[in-house]
Amino acid sequence: MDVVYFAWVRERIGLPREVVETKAATVAELVAELSAREERYSAAFADISALRVALDQELSSFDASLAGVREVAFFPPMTGG
Amino acid sequence: MDIRVQEESFDLGAETADFAGKTSTSGAVVTFTGIVRNNAEGTLEHMLIEHYPAMTQKALEAIAHEALTRWSLEDAKVIHRFGKMRPGEMIMMVATAAPHRKDAFEAAEFLMDYLKSRAPFWKKEVSNAAENWVDAKQADEDALNRWRK
Repeated sequence: MDVVYFAWVRERIGLPREVVETKAATVAELVAELSAREERYSAAFADISALRVALDQELSSFDASLAGVREVAFFPPMTGG
Repeated sequence: MDIRVQEESFDLGAETADFAGKTSTSGAVVTFTGIVRNNAEGTLEHMLIEHYPAMTQKALEAIAHEALTRWSLEDAKVIHRFGKMRPGEMIMMVATAAPHRKDAFEAAEFLMDYLKSRAPFWKKEVSNAAENWVDAKQADEDALNRWRK
């Protein structure tokens, strides 16, 4: 699946988008998998209460299922307006 | 409904006149404009606004649609920019048109509260000394919660 990052999450991980091969069933499992990879991921995901997630461009939650999902986005709370 | 996400600046007067000119049953048009504010020290070089292109338009349309169903509105307009903006430049505008002003004011406020915390934009303040991502404020989240009923 495609995983995309925005704002300081993008900067901390060091890339805007990547393709991830995963069997993670939920967002939380995907976060755990990514965090185990490298320090830059564990640093970005250290406090998931400071993060938001969107599944196929809809806001979602960390316990949501990844079944059928094509794009996961991680970003800090939004600051529009 | 006119919902636009764009990098280029917009002409507030022309946009407002165009919006107001298209209404037929509305006696009230309310507009709000967000402007890049300098910091207390006056050292802000520019604001950089990042967004999630695949999601932004869809999220703004959903928010505007919600406003149209909750208030007696004839029309709504949202323009939100991304990219680099200097202090004093306009970042975004909303406009609402309704038969009476109460609906127009409330719906405009609702749109603003949702745009702040639910539209996928992120602001970064850049001065010659530092670059800082703007933190979301609890007050903005609280403002959103009062519409949940």
